[in-house]
Amino acid sequence: MAAPPNANSAGQSDRILTMARAGREAVISEMRKDPKVFVIGEDVGKLGGIFGTAVGVQDEFGFWRAIDTPISETGFIGIACGAAMAGMRPLVELAYVDFFGVCFNQIYNFAAKTHYMSGGQYKMPMTMMIGVGGGYNNAAQHSQTVYGTFAHMPGIKIVVPSNAYDAKGLMHSCIQDDNLTLWMVHKATCGLGWLGAPLKTAMAAVPEADYLIPFGEARVWREGTDVTLVGLGLTVHHCLQAADLLAANGISAEVIDLRSLVPLDRETIFASVSKTGRLVVVDEDYLSFGVTGEIIASISERDPRVWKAPPRRVAYPDVPVPFSRPLEDFCMPDAQKVMAAVKSIMVTQ
Amino acid sequence: MALDQAAQRWMYERMLESRYFDDAIFAAYFEGKTPVFNMAKGPVPGEMHQSFGQEPCAVGIVAQLGPDDVVGAAHRPHHVAIARGVDLSRMAAELFGKKTGLSGGRGGHMHLYDKSVNFFCSGIIGEGLGPAAGMALARKVQNLPGIAVSYIGEAAANQGAFHEVMNMASLWKLPFICVIEDNKYGVSVPKRLSTAVERSPNRGAAYGCFGEYVEGNDPDKIYAAAATAIARARAGEGPTILELETERLHGHFIGDPAGYRPEAERNAQQDPIPVYRERLLHTQVLDETSATALEAAVKQRVAVAIRFARDSAYPEPAEALDKLYA
Repeated sequence: MAAPPNANSAGQSDRILTMARAGREAVISEMRKDPKVFVIGEDVGKLGGIFGTAVGVQDEFGFWRAIDTPISETGFIGIACGAAMAGMRPLVELAYVDFFGVCFNQIYNFAAKTHYMSGGQYKMPMTMMIGVGGGYNNAAQHSQTVYGTFAHMPGIKIVVPSNAYDAKGLMHSCIQDDNLTLWMVHKATCGLGWLGAPLKTAMAAVPEADYLIPFGEARVWREGTDVTLVGLGLTVHHCLQAADLLAANGISAEVIDLRSLVPLDRETIFASVSKTGRLVVVDEDYLSFGVTGEIIASISERDPRVWKAPPRRVAYPDVPVPFSRPLEDFCMPDAQKVMAAVKSIMVTQ
Repeated sequence: MALDQAAQRWMYERMLESRYFDDAIFAAYFEGKTPVFNMAKGPVPGEMHQSFGQEPCAVGIVAQLGPDDVVGAAHRPHHVAIARGVDLSRMAAELFGKKTGLSGGRGGHMHLYDKSVNFFCSGIIGEGLGPAAGMALARKVQNLPGIAVSYIGEAAANQGAFHEVMNMASLWKLPFICVIEDNKYGVSVPKRLSTAVERSPNRGAAYGCFGEYVEGNDPDKIYAAAATAIARARAGEGPTILELETERLHGHFIGDPAGYRPEAERNAQQDPIPVYRERLLHTQVLDETSATALEAAVKQRVAVAIRFARDSAYPEPAEALDKLYA
């Protein structure tokens, strides 16, 4: 992956970091600037969080800025909510997104709604750091992305960085925001010691200085004229790989990285599809009632005349994530599936 | 803090204010709901969980709290909000869904918030405990004054959140009090059918924290028990589970005739407010003249609040789209 086009905005850098390192840099920087920022969650103290975004935080800032909790998600997310309402800025480590099942109420009914229900009296400046995604044979309870489940609920802002540069800038934006924000990273993009070699295209040059990446701004990684490929997180990499393969077949694909799921940059997607007339949305979340359908609907609502061919969705089939490698591989989106989807609409014209 | 006559008068006045407020809301609630009862009709729509009989639980504790402390209430919040000093007119307007309401009509009666007096609610059973403990944590780790008090019902102590939060609150010695209002019923299910232990303060042993059960629905006894719990919290000695025997004199919400309660049990229920009035007269904290004058003044205050709510405008419909994000 080429250097991000706006990398220069925060200064040149030769440092190639993993997403986990980049995210952690933002965490530590914000903690140094603002004593109200603290990390809370399971295994944040000595382990630094299961995805490494809090490594060294407890050593530098002490226990009360990096609070190791019992395995009590309802309790500690509720406690983080209260601390946020009292003016602190908690960074909650939820580890695997699948665990939302044990603490959904605090996220859905409390954190997402308190600002609204209080008529704006109570703010909820809280960020949740969440690992998502499969592809490593960890089965149905540790492999989901469930982007759509969270994006569906009003009152939450959600970012899904695909690379280290965005991971840092979006983390700064999340921590500085006065609302509930979710920083969701795909495990395969993080650069974790326990998941093999880091995905090279997710590593990026990361400036040492702080910088913000605004919510609601997608990035066009690659311009093209025949088809628009939209992805988020890991599926951006599938799209880029597919675009390379398609180029070899004479098909010019434009690749959009959503970066921010809520708010969603419908404008950039619409502008691209207005040009290409074809769209493949690539999402690792379940196919039905999710991100893919939302993106396609928002274009059709605005102007159905842009379609030169029916839009396509490459998403997770509507089944739980299976354990066995051939079963999971069958379900996971990948570049080949994106290619096949593109070809299916290129021949219909 | 010693219980003195000023505190007793304050508690009586705030119990009356809650009672008269609930009386007025009860009357307004049935407007537009006869002959066919439909919760969605009338000037005060939606579920309405009133505090008849539970007023002592609010005043005995909140009387001893200061401006730095925070109070979280549950789905039955009126008595707690009024004891805490939430603006009565804006609270009434919120129940009427008016623009002048505490949240501009976005919250409703189960979601009352008044940040100016550190008061909030959570309508989901037991789920306000964590946020209240978080406010206690924010005070502790920043060396700020104040404690947090969270109100739940006796049935909420069976929620997972209770276990999780009490464990952490005790582990971290948070300045926190979990107040359990034991009105003996979780909607229709009596405590003996829902809860394996007779008294939830006994569960404090499981968390290494203090617990006390207060019998009698008596403001003075609650005041005394709360004084100890509050002093403990302020001294950094950790949380307390304070369970208060009380009475739910009406159904779970308006429209629930509570036919599931045995008649003998209902006949035996005692209204705590006349009992307390008698005590204050007997101990000469009040005399008949001052009591009557106080009652008239409180009734007038409530009437002003209800009038304010009725006279206020509804929000513009499109205001529904505001205040999602800060």
